[in-house]
Amino acid sequence: MRAVEDALGITVPNNARILRNIIEGIQYVQDHVVHFYHLHALDWVDIVSALDADPAATSTLAQSISDWPLSSANYFAGVKDKLASYVSSGQLGPFANAYWGHSAYKLPPEANLMAVAHYLEALDWQREVIRAHAILGAKNPHLQTYLVGGMSTPIDPTSQAAINADTIIQLKGLFAKAKEFVDKVYLPDVLAIAPFYLEWAGIGEGVGNYLSYGDFPDAEGTPWLPQGFILGKDLSKVYPVDHNEISEDVSHAWYEYSDESKGLHPWEGVTKPNYTGPKPPYNFLNVDDKYTWMKAPRLKDHPMEVGPLARMLVGYASGHTRIVEVVNLVLKTLGVGPEALFSTLGRTAARCIETVVTAEKLVDWVDELVASIASGDTQIHSGSEMWDPKNWPAEVKGWGYTEAPRGALGHWIHIKDQKIENYQAVVPSTWNCSPRDFKGQSGPYESALIGTPIADEKLPLEVLRTIHSFDPCMACGVHMLDVEGREINQISMDSADGFMNPLLKMKGL
Amino acid sequence: MSDEGIGLRVLERLVTTYQVPEEVLILDGGTLGLDLLYYLEGITNLLLLDAVEAQKEPGYTVRLEGEQVPTFLSIKISPHQIGITDMLFAAKLKGIYPPNVVLWGIQPERVEIGLELSETLQNKIDYLVDQVIGELNTWGHQLLPKV
Repeated sequence: MRAVEDALGITVPNNARILRNIIEGIQYVQDHVVHFYHLHALDWVDIVSALDADPAATSTLAQSISDWPLSSANYFAGVKDKLASYVSSGQLGPFANAYWGHSAYKLPPEANLMAVAHYLEALDWQREVIRAHAILGAKNPHLQTYLVGGMSTPIDPTSQAAINADTIIQLKGLFAKAKEFVDKVYLPDVLAIAPFYLEWAGIGEGVGNYLSYGDFPDAEGTPWLPQGFILGKDLSKVYPVDHNEISEDVSHAWYEYSDESKGLHPWEGVTKPNYTGPKPPYNFLNVDDKYTWMKAPRLKDHPMEVGPLARMLVGYASGHTRIVEVVNLVLKTLGVGPEALFSTLGRTAARCIETVVTAEKLVDWVDELVASIASGDTQIHSGSEMWDPKNWPAEVKGWGYTEAPRGALGHWIHIKDQKIENYQAVVPSTWNCSPRDFKGQSGPYESALIGTPIADEKLPLEVLRTIHSFDPCMACGVHMLDVEGREINQISMDSADGFMNPLLKMKGL
Repeated sequence: MSDEGIGLRVLERLVTTYQVPEEVLILDGGTLGLDLLYYLEGITNLLLLDAVEAQKEPGYTVRLEGEQVPTFLSIKISPHQIGITDMLFAAKLKGIYPPNVVLWGIQPERVEIGLELSETLQNKIDYLVDQVIGELNTWGHQLLPKV
């Protein structure tokens, strides 16, 4: 949409800008909490160990880190009972499709029990706060109210079917709940769990280059989360982003370019699949050849990490006041310096820091919307004359960018004779999961896994910790249930070329 | 995702050829993941319909019930892979796991990008519709053909 708006020269009206900030902001908050509790926490929390917890001691622990009300001994005893009854049903036996009991789990039983309780609380919480999307005319995760030029759900203080005063009251209530959980549960949990895993502040560094397109524009168009990139972990300098310097390389990906010795800018991008790998099922991929379906996006030929850590580092290095404050608070609490951010733990902490500052900022955006409506402005879209292709230029190009929860997302469009001549999307996980390029430079995942200590190569929990810390976006549409409870997602270790190369294979597909 | 859509195709056939009683809720789980959890509150009987990996020939069908239905936290790479077993795990811990759970699964032939079922699975739709009607009958719900 922003790509088309850019191509056709449409500026969205003020209300649409604010509504987009609100919808995207609560998306960050909900998405990051779900990522932490329902995916990533299980890399650090051993739920079976929670069965050994003393509920009274768990209560003492919980009350020592937060004044969140759900913290009594009775409450934790109830959670423990439910867990015990689940475990005794035998489903954790042959079906234990996880790494429970792994020696890399370090939390005491009480911290594990507290985290299980918060896993369950987060389920109800996330469902409630994301109602903000429904209230604004968009069903998560597919946000229907967006259209080229603005939004489709009207603002009308006199209509029950539009965004009105009731909407504002509901949003304020939901965002207060969102912020309370983030401040009293998510942040305290991250700060309580991290000290047991401080060695992970020295593991999983990655490429050391960080890119943020910036997002959440204010009325002047200045993004609240700043744009820029950082090279070689040097926080003293933030470079400006020029999208013309972005290219995608396929020298190690199963696509075909006429000249693969250099990348292509997305406007000239080509997506022509050409599988040259071994016939599946296979056990080995030669990374000197083509070895993946991921292209390798590069900025000025540099591989770039994108996501919450990149955004928080660009914000920190740019002197964004609130980001600097919260980053420093977290670093001080953990007793580490900024260099700790370049790591698996840093990525996980940065996601939490971003959630804290975004949950606060939502309140400001709602106030901005209130002020705009109070001034009599109800416009939600513009440029509707451009909905008729007859009004388009004969040939035009555009690029649209956003910072999705997972990182920098860009779309490039080339329109010719009222048709799409070319469309290319460079998504966050492609930056992070990118393979080597024509210079042989690895992407963030590959670089981050080098040197990862593995206690048991058959159960590579440590690999998952780092990969999960990037919050990969994969396989939204394919969910296969294995009736025998076997692993369908197989994470296997291959050290044939001297470093750990995770081959993510979908068995049987 | 071609054969992965079998559950949906069976339900489409069901609702276009039968009158579904009000007390029966038909739901496309789609990519809802853990959000499906909330539809379980107050549900007595849960029938799941999906493509499954049974290591059998395409079109092979399997019926699981009670404790045979796997409920566990699976190893996954992305939160987008949170699936049915994770949802059922959370339901157990939240104490909203339905008293009766039955799963009808079918081995797919193709799970590549595409909208059409393979012929093998197309030919199984009527069979699965009959099984769904049978299960619902057992639970006391009569489905009459549409006139």
